[in-house]
Amino acid sequence: MDVEQTVLPGIGLRHEFTTRSGRRIGVVSHRTGRRDLVIYDPDDPDRACETVKLNDEEADALVELLGAPRIVQRLNALHREVEGLVSVQLPIAPGSPYTGRPMGEAQVRTRTGASIVAVVRAANVFASPAPDFVLTGDDIVVVVGSEESTAAVADIFASG
Amino acid sequence: MHNTAILFLEFGAVVLGLGILGALALRVGISPIPLYLIAGLAFGTGGILPLATSEEFTATGAELGVILLLLTLGLEYNADELVTSLKGNARAGLVDLVLNAAPGAVLALLLGWGPVAAVAMAGVTYATSSGITAKVLSDLGWIGNRETPVVLSLLVFEDLTMAVYLPVLTAMLAGLSLVAGAVTVAIALAAVSVVLLVALRFGRYIEAFVASPNSEVLVLKVVGLALLVAGLAQQLQVSAAVGAFLVGIALSGELAEDAQALLAPLRDLFAAVFFVFFGLQTDPTKILPSAGLAAGLALVTMTTKLMTGIYAARRAGIARAGRVRAGIALIPRGEFNIVIAGLAVAAGAHPDLGALAATYVLILAAFGPLAARLVQPLLTRVASRA
Repeated sequence: MDVEQTVLPGIGLRHEFTTRSGRRIGVVSHRTGRRDLVIYDPDDPDRACETVKLNDEEADALVELLGAPRIVQRLNALHREVEGLVSVQLPIAPGSPYTGRPMGEAQVRTRTGASIVAVVRAANVFASPAPDFVLTGDDIVVVVGSEESTAAVADIFASG
Repeated sequence: MHNTAILFLEFGAVVLGLGILGALALRVGISPIPLYLIAGLAFGTGGILPLATSEEFTATGAELGVILLLLTLGLEYNADELVTSLKGNARAGLVDLVLNAAPGAVLALLLGWGPVAAVAMAGVTYATSSGITAKVLSDLGWIGNRETPVVLSLLVFEDLTMAVYLPVLTAMLAGLSLVAGAVTVAIALAAVSVVLLVALRFGRYIEAFVASPNSEVLVLKVVGLALLVAGLAQQLQVSAAVGAFLVGIALSGELAEDAQALLAPLRDLFAAVFFVFFGLQTDPTKILPSAGLAAGLALVTMTTKLMTGIYAARRAGIARAGRVRAGIALIPRGEFNIVIAGLAVAAGAHPDLGALAATYVLILAAFGPLAARLVQPLLTRVASRA
């Protein structure tokens, strides 16, 4: 995939590319920090039919929304390539004994040998969470290990 | 004491009036420049409300307005962008120059105004108003469009051309001999090259000198530097405006952004004064007789700008609808055309030049943005049918 970069004198930079389905999208980065998400008209490929202005915070939110599921996907793809290793996404049920407690108290690695590599909460991914990371209901814990050890982790989070 | 009171009364009334006109322009969605010009016509000699005492003060304010206009224009670009755009778009830029300078020059020659007025009129029809065009692009959501870089680099090219053109015009208006004229132009070219080189290589030293976390200090340093260089340039017959433009180019990065934001209100005030002052100098009774001529010239140069845009966009691989948009975006004329005409009028070029230029800019500053607005839905329909 080619991302084209164009200088806009007096304004900033524009990056754009064409998706596999033939739509063209781009981002105009103003020098002032403003970002415009630009979607081009399929009938008139040079015209921006939609321009969405984003401030810093909004641009960050969009990046996370688009980026978060991709990280889990990539992790899965990575582990599929290593034989005997699986990564599992374990939802923490609101009634789990570990909600509201630091993750380290579950002693997952000592008890099962599997590792917790990330916690997904709403649209945010917390990569390599520390043992003092406090879990809440509806978190999704991403665990990497063997079939047996990841199943054991699921049991720990379900019933202690 | 009495004079000061009248000066304040007159100047205050003018500025307040401009504010009200600006609000009106904002509501209708057009550039306020035509309205400022009309206000100037009303206040000038032979107008409805001639100003008595504040004319001299307004004249100085107007000159400051030109300096600030050029300084902030220079701040918008950095040297890298200028050089890249010069390399990539030289051919389209030359087409722009030839197609759009010719109508003004030819008209002046046909009217028998002489070669100096012809050079001035060439500038009046050549330069697109980067201010109005930038506003059109952002108002209509065209900034993300793929033809927009073409339009912007043409504007950059025009501004660079101005750095060479203004000294030539200044020299001709001053009635310098060919040799003396050639010397000033050589000085101007050398100055432009040196500034570009210094800005590219040693820009950070200038910035280190000017930079300040305090906005007061920053404004004083930037304005002081610009005026100093402008004065020096004027002394060398290179045109004060070019000096200020070069200072703007030499400053770049965050510093330029800060300075631009700080100078904007100052520029808006004095630029408005400048437009009024130009109107003041123009005899309103000459506007109507020149209207037909100005409308014809406007029509011709609209077409030539359209052709320029279509040519440049086609070279950049833009599809048909985008080419037309590029041409339409280039139509508005505004501040610099008046700056050029102002220089010519001040130096005593043909008496009708001011009125013709004012009417011409009145038409295109008002009609340019309107044309862009009108053409948008039309082009969408054409594009979706194709």
